[in-house]
This record gives sequence, C-alpha cells and structure tokens, in this order.
Amino acid sequence: MAAQEQQQPQSRDTEIEDEVPEAPPATPDAQASAATQGVDDLLDEIDGVLESNAEEFVRAFVQKGGQ
Amino acid sequence: MRVMGSETEYGIHAPSAPGANATMMSARVIQAYAQITRQKTAGGAETRWDYTDEEPLHDARGWTLERSAADPSQLTDQPPVLDAEAVALAYGRQELEADGSDETGSLLMNMVLGNGARLYVDHAHPEYSSPEVTNPLAAVTWDAAGDLVALAAVRKLAADPELPPINLYKNNTDNKSVSYGSHENYLMPRSVPFGEIVRGLTPFFVTRQVICGAGRVGLSQDGSRPGYQISQRADFFEAEVGLETTIRRPIINTRDEPHATADKYRRLHVIIGDANLSQVSNYLKFGTTAMVLSLIEAGQAPRIELHEPVAALQEVSHDTSLSTTVRLLDGRRVTALDIQWIYYEAAAKLAQETGVSDAVSGDGHTQGVLERWESVLTLLGSNPPAAASSVEWLAKLALLEGYRRRDGLEWGDARLGLVDLQWSDIRPEKGLYYRMLARERMQRLVDDGAIARAAVEPPADTRAFFRGKCVSTFGKQVVGASWDSVIFDVPGIGKLQRVPTREPLRGTESLTGELFRKHATAEGFLGELLGPPPAPRG
Repeated sequence: MAAQEQQQPQSRDTEIEDEVPEAPPATPDAQASAATQGVDDLLDEIDGVLESNAEEFVRAFVQKGGQ
Repeated sequence: MRVMGSETEYGIHAPSAPGANATMMSARVIQAYAQITRQKTAGGAETRWDYTDEEPLHDARGWTLERSAADPSQLTDQPPVLDAEAVALAYGRQELEADGSDETGSLLMNMVLGNGARLYVDHAHPEYSSPEVTNPLAAVTWDAAGDLVALAAVRKLAADPELPPINLYKNNTDNKSVSYGSHENYLMPRSVPFGEIVRGLTPFFVTRQVICGAGRVGLSQDGSRPGYQISQRADFFEAEVGLETTIRRPIINTRDEPHATADKYRRLHVIIGDANLSQVSNYLKFGTTAMVLSLIEAGQAPRIELHEPVAALQEVSHDTSLSTTVRLLDGRRVTALDIQWIYYEAAAKLAQETGVSDAVSGDGHTQGVLERWESVLTLLGSNPPAAASSVEWLAKLALLEGYRRRDGLEWGDARLGLVDLQWSDIRPEKGLYYRMLARERMQRLVDDGAIARAAVEPPADTRAFFRGKCVSTFGKQVVGASWDSVIFDVPGIGKLQRVPTREPLRGTESLTGELFRKHATAEGFLGELLGPPPAPRG
C-alpha cells in the first residue's frame, strides 16, 4: 500500500505524498496480508452496522425523479 | 479563487413506511430543521424564497424556452404549492391516504438558513444549496455543513414517536432508473463565449470522474447489469449540451440564471457531478473545475475534442482499470488519465504565469489544488489502491472488494447493493463512509469543528454573510430572501423593504459586519443601510 514504492512512468520528480498512515511492512506478501487483516477488521465492524435483510432494504429504496 | 457553491438533493427513505409520499417526507425534513432553529417567524410563515429573479428557462446560448414547451419540472421559478390536491394529482390519492396525512397545506417547503444556505423541497427530495464561497476548501466545508443540517433534521424526526423515521442518503440514484442531482455553480464573466465553455469543459467533465466519482454498484440506468462503475451519474446523461436537468440530461447545462448582475456575470450550472462524501474528491471537484474555467477565460484551454462525448463518459465510468481509451476528433486514442494530465499541465502553466500559485503572493488555494491534483493523478496511474483514502470510488470499491473476497459475493448480490446505498447514509453510526472516516481510512481536509460552525455561520467573504446574518439577527423581520435579495417587513414602515444583493462579492463581513454589530434592531439597521442619514440630533 505504500505509495512511494510504486514509481509511476511519468517523468515527474515531485515527491508522492504518503497517502496511507500505517507504516508499510517489509515484503509485498506481508504487506498484502496485513492489508487483508485490516480490511477484515473493518468488515467485521460494518457487518454490525449494515441494515438487516439486504435484498428487501435495497428493493424498497425507490426514489421519485430529481434533477 | 472564484465564487462557487454546491447543491445536494438527498435520497429520502422511510424503511418502516414504504411508499410514503416523498414530497411530504421532504417537507417534514425542512419542518424538522425549522423547529430546531426556530427561524419560523412569529406569524408562522417561513422565510420565504423570493422568486423574482429566477429564470430557469433562459438558455445561455441566447434564447428563452417557451413555457408551454418546457417540462413541468423545469418551472422552478414558481413557489411549489403543496396541498393535498396537488399531491394527489402528482402521485395518486391512494398514496396520499396511505401516508396517513392530508394536512399538507401547512407544511414548510423552503428556508433560508443562518449560514446563508437554502434548504427546501425540490421535486421529491430535500435539497441543501450551500452559501456562496470563494475557494474549494470552503466549498467542502459548507457542503459538508449541509450534511450536518440534514442529519439534525433526521435526528429530530427519529425522536418523534408519531412519525416513521426518515433516512437521508447523499447519493445520486436509487438504482431503479431514477437519478437526482448534485450540482455545482461557478461565477464567470459574461464576456466568455458560451461555445468556448462547451469546448473547453466537455473533455474535462467526461474524465474528471476518475478523481471525483463516488462509485456505483450496477451498470445502466436501472443498474440491472452486474458490475461496478466509477460514477453515480454517468449512465443518466444523454446529451452534450442542453437546458434540461431532469430529462435528456446534458454534459453541459445551459441554464442561464446568473442570480447576479446579468450583463456582468454568468453562473455556470454544472449538473454532471456525483455527490461526494470524500473530502478530497469534493475538494478536487471544485478546485480543478475552477482552474479549468480560468483556462477557458484566458483562452488557454487544451484543444482536444472527443469524438462522442456521451459514449466516452460512460466508457470511462465503466472501466475501473482506467485503461480504456476514448477517440478524439483527430483520430488519436487517449485514456481519461491522459486527458486529465493535459488539463493539469495547462492549468499549472497558467497558474505560474499569472502568479496565483505562488507560495507568497498567490491566492493561497491554487497551489494546494495543483499539488493534490498531481499526486492523485500520479497514484491513479501507478498504484490506484493507494489513492483509496482520497478518491471516493476507490474507497467504496476497496470495501466492496473486501466483501467479495471474504464472502465470495458476485456483483449482483444484494449485500453489495446495500453497501453502495449505505455508504451514503448521512448518520455517522450507519453511513459506511463515516465508518471509514472514523478508522482514518479516509483523509480529512476540514475538521469536524469547522463543519459544525459552518452549519450555523455564513462564509465571511461573500454576500452569503449578509443574507445569513440578516436571517440569524433579524429573522422575525425577514419575510423573504433569495440569492440576490433580502426582504424585510419592519413594523411601522408601510411597505416591504427589498435589499438587492446582486454583487456576489459584496455584503461581506468586512463591508457589513460593523453594521450588524452596531444595530440591535432591524429598523436601525435598515435605516443606516438604505435610508437617508438620520437627522442630526443635538
């Protein structure tokens, strides 16, 4: 996830901002699994927030026209 | 940088009362906020919108649409009359009765807020139109303030045991073929030919979604084709240029209602954007568009023309790999990022020439926009997931991909549709954007305190200051207001006093703050503002 490790093809010398606050793990594998763990924690939290009965809830969200 | 503002139409839904009338629910939202602010006047009437200067049928290309040829939804210069009969005509009497209310005549449809914004019922949605601001950071702040205003109304309604709770969503489609807008407005000199605006803006508008699209589960207007796309709005656009906003939506909207001195200014009404919760996407949406308008005004907009802009808009939206190419009139094929880089380079060059991006003598905003714009484009070209903390469609996609990986969901699965919808729930405990923000997975540009202040206080540097302060200081005597007027009814003076505010950069705190501090009464205030100087006293 570390922005600096990916050099973009354009010939730009501007430093790329570090967009992600967490320090990057050393290897790509460790990095990927840490990222997955982070997402799984997030999903666990969101599971508890999501409306129950997704199908029914989504179907009932019907809007009148707007601009 | 430039006078600008936002408009947000919220999706509205009462899960426990499916089929409830959307216009009446929207009016309840406005009513709830009025109860909170107590800005209703003593007589029970709201601060009415002054429709005198609304001209929704004026076309920037130089003509006026006949009223008889207009779609009824285009007649926004008439106050909406929401009585039981009108609602029944529009939506059927059965629905009215099912909603359990027929006392609609007294519902509040329109408010002017102390922060200078307008909160009202637009068609079948509550809409917040931000006060005029002068830079993209303030645009983000007062736009987010609208979400706080809407949240306060939602909380108030949820506390009422008599009525079903109402949810509001800052999104742009119900995924069943209906879309509702999030608009931007930019002040421009009238002298810029409209054709130049169309030519200069179209390739930019087709491609800016890669930095400010909000992301959408489902392809096509009714969302029936499984998949994920960059923009909420792209599939609803059918024309390149036009006056309509609700039908045959055009990439460039020609509504010519300057809400200001008409021979000097035009208000560019932009209807193609997605509603943004991501502060960085929202900031870049306003900041980069303002800079492209400066390019057009300087005659330095990139000379690129798309072969088929509407098709290109949708092709770009449907390709989350950012690799699809669109055809230019000269035969070249380029990616959306290529086009964004062309605009970036031109904008950076002009800013350097004019000095607005200078660290010391610049305008204090252009350099920040350029830096963000460059860093986001660079990440999108090299490592898009790293841009997920700033670019809204990528943030939403990361969450959706998490669900797909963990639970093996296909794009057509209703849970992914729910994640998309609930992303934009404006309640921080339910809205998934806000859950991501709380975990610092989304970047903040403006802190919560500044947004809370902006829900109450107007910006200091536009006429919104005057409008907002009039409402919050002399609310009982303000009987009407609009973008370019405030109307007073002062006891003892026979006629209404209309104060025109046709110069967007007047009525500021530095010009009128002292007047508000000096006068405790509307009589004294208006006396100094409008009247002949009071006779000298001994």
